Amino acid sequence: MQELNYREMGLLDEEYEKIKEIMGREPNYLELSIWAVMWSEHCGYKNSRPLLKTFPTEGPRVIQGPGENAGIVDIGDGQALVFKIESHNHPSAIEPYQGAATGVGGIVRDIFTMGARPIASLNSLRFGNIEDARVRELFAGVVAGIGDYGNCLGIPTVGGEVYFNPSYQGNPLVNAMCVGLVNSDEIALAVASDVGSPLMLVGAKTGRDGIHGATFASEELSEKSQQKRPSVQVGDPFMEKLLIEACLQLIKEDLVAGMQDLGAAGLTSSISESASKKGRGVEIDVLKVPRREKGMTPYEIMISESQERMLIVPRAGKEKRIKEIFDTWGLDAVVIGQVTDDGMFRVFEGKKMVGEVPNAELTAGCPVYVRAGQEPSYYQECKRFDIDALPEIKIGEALQKLLGSPNIASKRWVYSQYDYQVMTNTSIIPGNGDAAVLRIKGTDKGVAMTTDCNSRFVYLDPYQGGMLAVCESARNLACVGARPLALTNCLNFGNPEKTHIYWQMQESIKGMAAAAKNLNTPVVSGNVSLYNETAAGAIYPTPVVGMVGLLPDIKHRVDMSFKDEGDIVVLLGRLRDELGGSEYLAVCHGVESGAVPVVDLDEEKKLIELSLELIGKDMLKSCHDISEGGLAVALAESAIKGNIGFKVNIEGQKGRADKTLFSEAPGRVAVSLERDKLPELTAMANNKEIEVHVIGQVEGSNICINKGNQHINMAVCDAAKIWGEAIECHMK
Amino acid sequence: MRFGVVVFPGSNCDADCYHVIKDVLQEEVDYIWHKESQLGAYDAIILPGGFSYGDYLRTGAIARFSPIMPAVIDFANRGGLVIGICNGFQILLEAGLLPGAMLRNQSLKFICDTAYLKVKRNDTPFTNQLAAGQLMKVPIAHGEGNYYCDEATLEELRRNNQILFTYSNAAGEDSPDFNPNGSIANIAGIINKEGNVLGMMPHPERCSEEVLGGTDGVNIFVSMVKSFQEVIQRCKN
Repeated sequence: MQELNYREMGLLDEEYEKIKEIMGREPNYLELSIWAVMWSEHCGYKNSRPLLKTFPTEGPRVIQGPGENAGIVDIGDGQALVFKIESHNHPSAIEPYQGAATGVGGIVRDIFTMGARPIASLNSLRFGNIEDARVRELFAGVVAGIGDYGNCLGIPTVGGEVYFNPSYQGNPLVNAMCVGLVNSDEIALAVASDVGSPLMLVGAKTGRDGIHGATFASEELSEKSQQKRPSVQVGDPFMEKLLIEACLQLIKEDLVAGMQDLGAAGLTSSISESASKKGRGVEIDVLKVPRREKGMTPYEIMISESQERMLIVPRAGKEKRIKEIFDTWGLDAVVIGQVTDDGMFRVFEGKKMVGEVPNAELTAGCPVYVRAGQEPSYYQECKRFDIDALPEIKIGEALQKLLGSPNIASKRWVYSQYDYQVMTNTSIIPGNGDAAVLRIKGTDKGVAMTTDCNSRFVYLDPYQGGMLAVCESARNLACVGARPLALTNCLNFGNPEKTHIYWQMQESIKGMAAAAKNLNTPVVSGNVSLYNETAAGAIYPTPVVGMVGLLPDIKHRVDMSFKDEGDIVVLLGRLRDELGGSEYLAVCHGVESGAVPVVDLDEEKKLIELSLELIGKDMLKSCHDISEGGLAVALAESAIKGNIGFKVNIEGQKGRADKTLFSEAPGRVAVSLERDKLPELTAMANNKEIEVHVIGQVEGSNICINKGNQHINMAVCDAAKIWGEAIECHMK
Repeated sequence: MRFGVVVFPGSNCDADCYHVIKDVLQEEVDYIWHKESQLGAYDAIILPGGFSYGDYLRTGAIARFSPIMPAVIDFANRGGLVIGICNGFQILLEAGLLPGAMLRNQSLKFICDTAYLKVKRNDTPFTNQLAAGQLMKVPIAHGEGNYYCDEATLEELRRNNQILFTYSNAAGEDSPDFNPNGSIANIAGIINKEGNVLGMMPHPERCSEEVLGGTDGVNIFVSMVKSFQEVIQRCKN
């Protein structure tokens, strides 16, 4: 293998100087690689750390905030949810099937590493234009990879999102989220360990796959990236399944002092991180690492990202029992090193020491860059975009186009490839509600989960867009009857060394933090993926929010489908007409511009409370938030899912029909209920100062919307066909 | 009644079946590790869904060599009730307890959905709580559920009324138009000639509680209990 220099490994000149200063000499090749992977953005968060510190991270339900493998929130009865979202963008751009599969594997390990049984997966996916053959290939590969891995593990994939936008053409986003359930007294933290404790490596043998994956994830994609296919790991979900069962058994029997999965930067990062927690040192012998290839150098062994491996620090005297358990599952478990007291990270090849690095500097010493963002010129230009100058088109035609837009159309083609029911907990399945709902066996409780981000909004106005992403997540949870508890985020951006990208990060994080604080949904975990750029430019800034919520009694839950003839249809929240950044503008006018709808956090909070009260009293038959495609699409989706029509008249709003019907302004939900419950609903809404607009009723088999002199009249079955088959048609 | 759920490495519906027997039916149930070579005193055996040994070879092809399998085969040959669900069905085929084989779904994709099943007969230990011709809504989730057998075998299955469930639409038409995976004759589940071994691709354990959106599946397990009780009753008389 050709040797790389420090720049090719992603280190800056000044970073290399600093390393020499710390070591008092030139690092050898192995040491240099260790520094480079640990000081990569992917492992060290050197560009994002100062910004991440601004997130609210505490709350009465937070058991574990950022800094561990995943965040943990209390859900009562001595139980907690463990969850995190993580990116696998660059590997998926090169090798979509394995990239996505190993993304799932990685996030699942983060969850069971903490002692939790993974109970659900979600994923947030972004691709370029679906008309493009390479994009379809990436899309199909990613979905198959997620499906095959998760299905084999027997963890249901219950939700997520899929968007198509040209900004992701060469750089798709694959963000995987996993949620686990743990008894609060069985939580395992990645804390090592007493001096002399052995370090055990378990699971798959180490190969040459994934070498320098962390470095690769921290640079822009280019023509040369295809040559980095060896940087992409290969997944073995069967091995992972065995690891889950074996590791959870270790925790049940209280046999481990510390457990750490091997993710980015492989052995190097997991070993140094588990030792750094207590300021310890470590020494390991690479010859003891089970390898699947001959002639691997210490360098290759130390930074291989071979999948399905775990590092275990046993409790004193428990090695024998641990080995027995791994034997039962047919897994290798070998001692490869031990914890020391001098804070040094030493690598041996047999008796010969081949590398020695001070551990504290390697982890906590990672340089941090506070950069200066600069507002780009496009920001004000887009804000000033004059929507009124666009011609008004027939709203019936517009609705048809929107229903067939891959961003709005049914994602059935995707989720039908995922086993979303294994573990027999899924109560609201994909496509039926604004969030997935799972029951917690042995209790009355349910938990809900969702991922959201409208990156077009974030691009046009990062601050508002950041707030909108958090609000949409919380609103989606409330729409099924779940109180939002906490969030995880995956911050996908371009190259932070560019001032306008840094500005996008800064502003959107500010917006997310403000919304998270206001809605009492602290940030408990997350991941950062930067350098999402190709020669054509950066992706839209995409800070994906993954949020979990709690239903105290799962009996009180609601989905999005209209149910019965004669039920009234009500808009909770204001009639609004902001069209900036809407799917309508993009699909019907070819415009991605305009002023993004303004968020009113207090109103959003009140709407969430109102929705929860209404669902808690079983007042609603359906509840669906207004997002992509606006009010018209929300109503159409409720009709399609319920296979029943409706008739709606929008009155009391002057101006263009397209604005009222397709505005994606937040703070609104469309609900249906029995007519005689209206007085009570109105009283409750008045209490919360939320507007109530009775706009029509569920009836017949057509979608009928009247607004001024514009009308929509479309058979539900026709709408269902357009909406239901759009993606499938592209993928044939 | 005492059920045993066999756990192969890679089984992932074992806990789901266990839950239905224990918490919904409130009958006795144990897990049986695949390395055991003897079965205890069980009245019925469940081979659950999942990806035994990762199913990297043909589905079920390795699991059928597990140490427990001779005991399961012996149990079946002595008339014990055996139900194989999804991967369990695939293992029953590989083990020769049921005829035929599985191909990849016609779409070449994994399919997760809810299917309508038509119950072909109700004089079996698995369907005595159902009516012949009745429709059930049962979740499916598989990549290789495209059941195949040769003409002679199909003829035999038909002659012996071994086809227990077929895929259909909501109106009960079981034509190829309503077949999610391309299986021959729309087969979703078959029994052996003796009627004590059932293999089915759909997952009845996933629709045995209202909170999951349906309870059609539980009838299969209740039928097994009922049939067991009748046998006990007959022995007593």
